[in-house]
Amino acid sequence: MKKEAKKTLIKLVVAVPLMFAFGFALVPLYDVFCEVTGINGKVFQSEYSEELVTDDGRTIAIQFISTNNENMPWTFKPSEQVMKIETGKYHGVTFYVKNTTDKKMTAQAVPSVAPSNAAAHLKKLECFCFEQQELMPGEEALLPVKLLVSNELPSNIKNIILSYTIFDITDYDDEVLAHNQMAME
Amino acid sequence: MSAVIENHHDDHDHGPAKGITRWLYTTNHKDIGTLYLWFSFAMFLIGGAMAMIIRAELFQPGMQIVEPEFYNQMITLHGLIMIFGGVMPAFVGLANWLVPMMIGAPDMALPRMNNLSFWILPFAFFILLSSLFMEGGAPNFGWTFYAPLSTTYAPPSVTFFIFSVHIMGASSIMGAINVVVTIMNMRAPGVTLMKMPLFVWSWLITAYLLIAVMPVLAGAVTMMLMDIHFGTSFFNAAGGGDPVLFQHIFWFFGHPEVYIMILPAFGIVSHIIETFSRKQLFGYSSMVWAMLSIAILSFVVWAHHMFTVGLPLAAEIFFMWATMLIAVPTGVKVFNWVATMFRGSLTFETPMLFAVAFVVLFTIGGLSGLMLAIVPADFQYHDTYFVVAHFHYVLVPGAIFSIMAAVYYWIPKWSGNMYDERLGKLHFWLSFIGVNVTFFPQHFIGLAGMPRRYPDYALIFADWNMVSSIGAFLFGFSQLLFLFIVIKTVMGGKKATDQVWEGAKGLEWTVASPAPYHTFSTPPKVD
Repeated sequence: MKKEAKKTLIKLVVAVPLMFAFGFALVPLYDVFCEVTGINGKVFQSEYSEELVTDDGRTIAIQFISTNNENMPWTFKPSEQVMKIETGKYHGVTFYVKNTTDKKMTAQAVPSVAPSNAAAHLKKLECFCFEQQELMPGEEALLPVKLLVSNELPSNIKNIILSYTIFDITDYDDEVLAHNQMAME
Repeated sequence: MSAVIENHHDDHDHGPAKGITRWLYTTNHKDIGTLYLWFSFAMFLIGGAMAMIIRAELFQPGMQIVEPEFYNQMITLHGLIMIFGGVMPAFVGLANWLVPMMIGAPDMALPRMNNLSFWILPFAFFILLSSLFMEGGAPNFGWTFYAPLSTTYAPPSVTFFIFSVHIMGASSIMGAINVVVTIMNMRAPGVTLMKMPLFVWSWLITAYLLIAVMPVLAGAVTMMLMDIHFGTSFFNAAGGGDPVLFQHIFWFFGHPEVYIMILPAFGIVSHIIETFSRKQLFGYSSMVWAMLSIAILSFVVWAHHMFTVGLPLAAEIFFMWATMLIAVPTGVKVFNWVATMFRGSLTFETPMLFAVAFVVLFTIGGLSGLMLAIVPADFQYHDTYFVVAHFHYVLVPGAIFSIMAAVYYWIPKWSGNMYDERLGKLHFWLSFIGVNVTFFPQHFIGLAGMPRRYPDYALIFADWNMVSSIGAFLFGFSQLLFLFIVIKTVMGGKKATDQVWEGAKGLEWTVASPAPYHTFSTPPKVD
């Protein structure tokens, strides 16, 4: 084979694993993209920030929706369906859960925000979705969320929906849970 | 020393080996091209048989022939087999036969890898088809295998599916590397890049697309494999993953894949229209640039397949405009073909009939694609039969007609015999009518709201579905005529001249018909 042909061949052969790796690189890129733009309703934990707190906020409605993933028997509902809140102020809300089975179970709630361009302005100081919930048979709990909607929320948005889907992750092994923690942090 | 060289030279003059080992061990680009073409024909008939089952079930509303689970397996396998087993290997086969002859090279650059890339394919499809007989049945999640249908809810055979996709991917990547190395390094002196025949150009671009996206597909199925068996959560929301991520990765592969299946068709049709117009092709360099821009744009339009997943407005607008931009280079190509025919001394032999039908029907498919690119309209059309009509128009009278045109056009060169023109024309008209009767009504039922991928439908869709099924049976059974014509031509017939067609230009027409086992052992002179 000619020298130039070998060069072309080597370049192409190197390109294949690179593109394979690129496919995997899309996974963190996707997460970073969602975090930066706040789309896809992914909300990550944020630190308490004095700057976000203002007194000249406006009143908006925030609606809470709870959904059970298909095989999840727990009772899961927000303490209030709708709350009037002021932007630029921290507010607290609780979700009620009850393990209705006779087995010890672990759950994970996954949040989503609509409209998606509101997600970047929703800051969560505290959320039960940042960790797993382990409940004994028949045990119930009130799960807290502490959030602030930034004053920079586009003025056309008067209504935000925060929804949680709760998944049964009892049978997941520890590796998966570790992976969860990583993804959530 | 010189004696050794002489022996070496003699080695090159022998003909093919005898018996089955000729095909098993062959490193000859013509043999491998033939293998690819016959393999794809077999897959075309198998995938076609599945289409017949689908259309038979949809002949009337209600469940008649198959179980819904089996129907889902049929639509999945039909898509996978036609794409990865029918269209792609057919184009690789044509590349094997034609690229070396068109650029004046003695063979492909990597003949042994060429043998390997073909011979792993039958195993891939054996594995895929064997899943039909496994417990839980074959893959049933559609050819796009969206997670979590293909992970959490998949039948156990999904692991075999993943393995077979890996093998198909490896085969395509090896084939593509071979094509690029051949074209970049083995052109006869004088064949500069901008003098290459358009089929060679189209394949060079296609090969680069394949090398760029097939590994991403391999990555996607590997992630599925890890989610299913190794406890990861790439696509599992409960574990912090995201099913929408699957769609992004899949379509990052999937959209360039669409052009992989149409660019070689552009090359083929350009040659055929040029020959039967007896004129120089209009706008050669704009054809090359159009293909390059289509290929580059194909990487930034993938999300138009997923407008309804909840993309932000800015992304929807970006992907909408980027998609519409592709109509510009595509339009350039269509105008060039029409301009080539304008005032040409046209004759309509079978290859030309298929090529002209390609231009007309591919344009219809392209226009419905433009309709689907409009975001608000797509919310209405998404996952309806309108989409089915759209992609079948670009793939059946698009890609597949171009392959049939290529077979009729070059089979005299391959076999040394002319095909039966009367039967060829009959095959064309049956296919042309069949394909339109099948897919045109699907536009109507799609716009009326019939969703795709269901084995049953509302009564209001009954009439057009029956028409569509009748068309499908006509098209399907006409392909047996095609098989007969090909076999008849290979067995014998009127001897073809070296040039075969009056207006044919290009190096492949300068060698004898049938093309000798070894061509261009010494490079031809090209000015």
